[in-house]
Parts: sequence; C-alpha cells; structure tokens
Amino acid sequence: MAGSPNLVEIRDLKVEAKTDAGRRIEIIKGASLEIARGEIVALIGESGSGKTTMALTLMGYARPGCRISGGTVLVDGKDLLALPEQERARLRGTEVAYIPQSAAAAFNPSAKIMDQVIEVTRIHGLMPPDKARKRAVALFKALSLPSPETIGERFPHQVSGGQLQRLSAAMALIGDPKLVIFDEPTTALDVTTQIEVLKAFKTVMRSSGMAGVYVSHDLAVVAQIADRIVVLKDGEGKETGTTAEILYTAKHPYTRELLAAFGPTPCDRCAEREPEDQPLLEIEDLTAGFGPIQPNGLPLVPAVQSVSLRIERGRNLGIVGESGSGKSTLARTIAGILPAAAGRITFDGKALKRSAHERSREQLREVQIVFQSADTALNPAKAIEDILGRPLAFYHGMDRKARDARIDQLLDMVKLPRTLRQRRPSELSGGQKQRVNFARALAADPKLILCDEITSALDTVVAAAVIELLKELQRELSLSYIFISHDLSVVEAICDEIVVMYGGKQVEQIVPARAEPPQHPYSQLLFASVPKLDPAWLDRLDQNPELVREYCRR
Amino acid sequence: MTDAVASKPAGSRLGYRFNIVGVAALALILAWAIVALLAPWLIPHPVGEIVDLDYFQPISADAWLGSDYLGRDMFSRVLMGARYTVGISLAAVVIACFSGVTLGMTAAVSGGLVDMLLSRFLDAMSSIPSKLFGLVVVAAVGSSIPVLTLTLAIIYIPGAYRFSRALAVNINTMDFMTVARIRGESTLYLIGAEILPNIIRPVLADLGLRFVFIVLLLSGLSFLGLGLQPPYADWGALVRENIGGLPFAAPAVIVPSLAIASLTISVNLLIDNLPQKIRDRSA
Repeated sequence: MAGSPNLVEIRDLKVEAKTDAGRRIEIIKGASLEIARGEIVALIGESGSGKTTMALTLMGYARPGCRISGGTVLVDGKDLLALPEQERARLRGTEVAYIPQSAAAAFNPSAKIMDQVIEVTRIHGLMPPDKARKRAVALFKALSLPSPETIGERFPHQVSGGQLQRLSAAMALIGDPKLVIFDEPTTALDVTTQIEVLKAFKTVMRSSGMAGVYVSHDLAVVAQIADRIVVLKDGEGKETGTTAEILYTAKHPYTRELLAAFGPTPCDRCAEREPEDQPLLEIEDLTAGFGPIQPNGLPLVPAVQSVSLRIERGRNLGIVGESGSGKSTLARTIAGILPAAAGRITFDGKALKRSAHERSREQLREVQIVFQSADTALNPAKAIEDILGRPLAFYHGMDRKARDARIDQLLDMVKLPRTLRQRRPSELSGGQKQRVNFARALAADPKLILCDEITSALDTVVAAAVIELLKELQRELSLSYIFISHDLSVVEAICDEIVVMYGGKQVEQIVPARAEPPQHPYSQLLFASVPKLDPAWLDRLDQNPELVREYCRR
Repeated sequence: MTDAVASKPAGSRLGYRFNIVGVAALALILAWAIVALLAPWLIPHPVGEIVDLDYFQPISADAWLGSDYLGRDMFSRVLMGARYTVGISLAAVVIACFSGVTLGMTAAVSGGLVDMLLSRFLDAMSSIPSKLFGLVVVAAVGSSIPVLTLTLAIIYIPGAYRFSRALAVNINTMDFMTVARIRGESTLYLIGAEILPNIIRPVLADLGLRFVFIVLLLSGLSFLGLGLQPPYADWGALVRENIGGLPFAAPAVIVPSLAIASLTISVNLLIDNLPQKIRDRSA
C-alpha cells in the first residue's frame, strides 16, 4: 500500500455494538472513505449516523461497548486494525490527533494549560519541554489567541470557550500529526466566536498542509472548511462529493433534506396584529442577578437589567444573544427559579410572585420551562413514562389509567413511538430526549412555555423537525412560547418578535415580519455572523474590527 | 465473542440479568439468615454446656467443629453466634444507613440553614471516638441487644450522612431537580423519587462496607466484655475468646473467622453484582 496517493483509506469498515441483552447492532455498515494528503474531508450527518464512531476508527479506537468488526483502516500505509494496541497508542497524537467537541470537558481543570498542551510531546518523547513550549507558543500565535506568550500559564477556567477550543487544537497539532480529527469543535460556541475559531482552524490547516476529518452536523460550517463532504446516515455513506457538488447538485434525497432544513423557513403565521388589551405576560423593568443586593438596589453581579417585555396569547417572542448575555437568566427569573431583585411580572392579568415557592400550584402549571440540555433535564434513573406521568399526577391528579392514556397521547403529540415508554433517557437519541423534555412541559397544559435553547444541542434536520413540531402544537393548543436561542435562523422561523440582548440589557426589538434590517451595531454583528451555505462566505466575510473588539469577548 | 450471541444471558426471560457471583453470594447470605433464625432448633448442645473435658479439640464425629477453650461445642456456638452477628449488625446498619441517607439527602436538597445545622451536628458526632462512645453508653445503661444495636447505628450515622450528602449535592445541581422544584414538589418527593434512584447503587455499596465495619466493631466491643454477655457470644467474641487455640490449629478459632469472612465478603459481592434490569427488550 506504500506509495498510495491517499493518506487515509478506509475500506468496508464495520463497527458493531452489543446491548445489555446481548443483541448486536451494526453502527457502521461497511463504509469506505479516502482522504488525500492535505485534504480536509467533512463527515456530516445527524446524531447516531456514526460519524464520530467512524472518525474514531482513524485512531484504531472504538468506544467502550463497541467493536470494529470488519474492514481495514489504512493510515499512511499502516492498517490500524491489524496493529497491536501498543503500536496504535504510539500513533495517536503523532500521526493522528483528535480535537474533541467539548474542550471544557477535555481539559483537566486543575492543571495549567501549557502543561496539558505539551503533554503529547512528553508522552511520546518527541522533543524537550523547552522546545515543546516554544512550539506551543508559535501554535497559539497561529491560532490567533490573545497574549500567546502567557496564555499557557492560565488554568482552563480562566479562558473563554472559544479560546479553550483553539487551545485544544494546539494540543492536537503540537505532535505534528499527518491527520487531525475535528469532532464538532464549534458546535458549542456562539456564532460570533465560531467565526474566529473557524478562521483560525482554516489558516493553520492551510499553512501546515495537514489532512483533516471534520465531523459536524452543520453544513454551513463544513462548507467553509472542507474540500470534500461525505454524507452519512445510519452508518452508511450516502453521498460523497466536493463541497460545491454537495451544496449545489446534491443527488441523494437525504442530502437534499439536510440542505432544505438549513434554508430559512419564514414564519408563515407571523402577520402583524393589533396589540391586545391584556397581554399574556408582561414584564416591567425586571432586574435579576447573583450575590447580595448592593446599596444601589442591584445585585452584586447583575445578569439581567431593566428588561421590559410583553407577549400576547398565541404569539411568540424570541430572545437572542451570545452566551453570558443574560437570556437564560431572564427565563429563569420569569419561571421564578431565580427571584427577581426588582421589577414586576404580570401573567394573565395577575401579578406573579418573584419566587416560585410563593406562587400557587396553578400559576406554576401555567408557565413551564424547557431546558437546553435534555441530558440533565431528564432524570436518568427514571423511565420515560414516569417522567411524563408525574406532572399528570401532580397537577391534574390523574389515576394510573388516565395517566397511561394521556402519556400515549403526549408521545403521539411529540411524534415519538409509544414503545419508548419503558426506556430510560440514556437510551434515546438527542432529538428524542428533547421531545420528551418538551412533552413533560406539555403534560402540565401550560399557557406559556419558556424554551431555553432547546434546539441548540440538536442536528439541523432534527432541530427543524422540533421547530415544526412546536409550530404545529401551537396551532392546536394555542400556546405561547418565549424562545431563547443564540441561533437567529431558528428564532426567525418561529417568533413574531425578537429581542436582542447584550450584557444583560435589551439592545433591540425586531419584528421579522416588517423585514427591517437591525439598527443596533451588536444586532448587525450577530446577524452577519450566522454562517451561510456558501463555501466562500468565511473568506469574504468582512467584519468591522472595531465592532468585533467592542462586542466579542474572544 | 462472535459465538456468544446466540445464547442469551441467564435470567433474560425475567427481564433481569443475574450474575453467577451475585447469586452465590445471595445464597450464602440467605443460608446464614436461615441459620440465624432457626439456630435454637438446630444446635445439638446448649451454648453454655461443657461437652468435652478436653479443650481445643479437633473436628470429630461428636463435635463437628471441635470444642472451644472451655470444652464447649463449637458448632452450636457458631450457629448461635450467627444470630447475634447477623441480627445486631444488620439491624444497626439498616438504621444507620436509613437515617444517615435520609438526613444527607434532606440537607443537600434544603441547603442553607438546615444543611449547616445538620452538617455541624453530625460532624460533632463523628468526632467522638466510636469505641469510647460504645464504652460510655454500655457503662451507663448496661449491655443489652437493643442498646448495642442503637449504639452501633448512631456511631455509623454520620458516615452515611456525609457519603449520601456528597452524592446528593451533585444530583441536586441537575436541571431535572430544578424542574421538579418549580413544579412545586415537596422535599420528600425530591429526595425519594428524584435523588434516591440516582444514588442508590453507591449507597448500597456503602451499606455493605458499613455492615463489615459494624461486625468488626461489635466483635471489638464483645472482646472488651461490653458486647454480648457470656455464655452467649457473637462471632467476633468467639474469635477473641479462642485466640489461644491458634498454636494448636484449633478449628475453634478458624471457624468463626471464616464465618465472619464469608458473611462480609458475600454481602459485598452481592452488592457489587445486584441483578440488572435488561432495558434492551427488543432482542
């Protein structure tokens, strides 16, 4: 195989997993992949399509419970599957390196960044520590990290999420690998931060000539960085082509579906209406934060400052902003989880107490909150039917039989098969979990649902399906949503009105139906940062550096 | 691995997967429990009766496990000892873990003043040396089975409290706890239905460990003469009173040691190998 033009050749790869009943499931069903030297290939697909599993086989690794059961994985002429584990360990970090999705989880919180970045060189004995440190600083510079000379002396919690992601790239690149695996490295970042990280990755990869595998579910992100795209579904490669081919002349129906999910779905029911006399929810001058109240009446760390909103029955309000803008805190304050320090909340004509403890059970029932991460919002020790059954018993006093019937209805409503009832949350996919999370809120028969980034953890296709579901349920149940997200396209698809938040303050209120361009500079920056399905978008993107400096804490 | 697919693991018909080690451990524990219950009817000789004029006799057809340092029948004494060792320790460990874990979860869920008061009070309790505490209590109110059980339980409550509080604090930060709280759930529901199912496995493992500690502490107290009063003896006391038989390789000292080991090891093995519910039912 030596002398082959391709750096990586995966042939007929099969990976299987074994369930606790001894049943075997094929995760990868005979996929093939070639990567030329210096080429970046994107693996794209929804969660559960096997994209990460396939990327990990490039290091000869299968996650616990999984087993590579067939095929060959040639990296630089060596078949990783035939090598003994010791040999494979020697290749990891030197030939093939990995950049994980969550850099925050990949760094040890109690060790300095520099020590962790150069650990690879120490383990493999690549170079003396001093030389490794110099190389790390050069990489920090190449990845345009601020103060590259000293950033290594900090601890992981002392840098921002976008910086940490770039530092984890430095960790992967320091061993000078031939192939780098990017496992959704920008999925957890704000759009404004994502741009910077993508730019840094692109520059470094171009100048070093390394090959890369970019795993993602976001076509627009992939379009900026990849040379070729492989579309995976159910463990099989559905379509392979250059980035332009996939974007403009996709053949496979699933690829088209992916592309369609990305396209803007204008809000069909967002016609402007005359304001009603009595809004469903009205917030006046709401201020909330953390720490003791200071003499000026503000909390020590104010997270939300003087926000006023109003939302009418059957209408939706979107709140957008980057992480740390106070949008989630606002939702928690409305729900009474974090009692407001000042301001008034009026719901359905009646004043709501600030703390959830002081509200009546009926008031609690009418406002439900759905959290971003279904993983932590669903009790892992309980079956789905118990999770959905509790609000039914608690708010509506249903007996077992009535509950059973209603749980089936709820599962139908969120389009989940009834057979999932007995399962635990860990046995569901991300999209399914988020649906259960939402069904639990529906079980209370609320009037208002606060959706806190509920699609952020989902793939494009799944997120689009969840949004469609929300719209459909709204028509049937005359619900109102407050939709919090950092993803503008999602908010635009469902909301009648959008509030842009920055630094705990409301900076602008936009009505998408009026199609007016945003006025406030931060809103402009935010709207411009959403990746487009255009391979040249990132290179063409020209942001006002002054704006960026002012509004992006990179 | 490839051929193992056809045969389903044992017990899959019931929806649970059993582990052979767990089943063996459970069998041994049940056997000791039956012995503990039926001991008075099983023993060939009363525990205090001197059946042999010679002491530290080896195993014979007459005395199945030999005789002890006074020439009493060891078989009968071990069977009766099971009653005290299993009974007192089990009761004490259940009381200790139940109260400790309940208080620990309550402290974690309530937070604030409740947490502080409970934590400081139980910290103060755990600062009292356990043997000394046992000595004082037994000296003050005399030794009886209820007193021993309660004393042992109280000694081990702070440990169970600390352990479960540490686990519960982590669970308490999860979003599903917030969801349950703003649903308006009571503390009892929060600790019983939301937290407990998530920490039950480590709590059970802790219970097994604590059971072993209690068996050992009970044996220690018995050795000091503060535990069970002669002629009755638990296994710990049997080891101690027959320690002189060690040079003679007398079964009188080996058998109660084996009994303690078999019980404590089986408890731990059982807890590590509890039947697991098979959740992939499509097979």
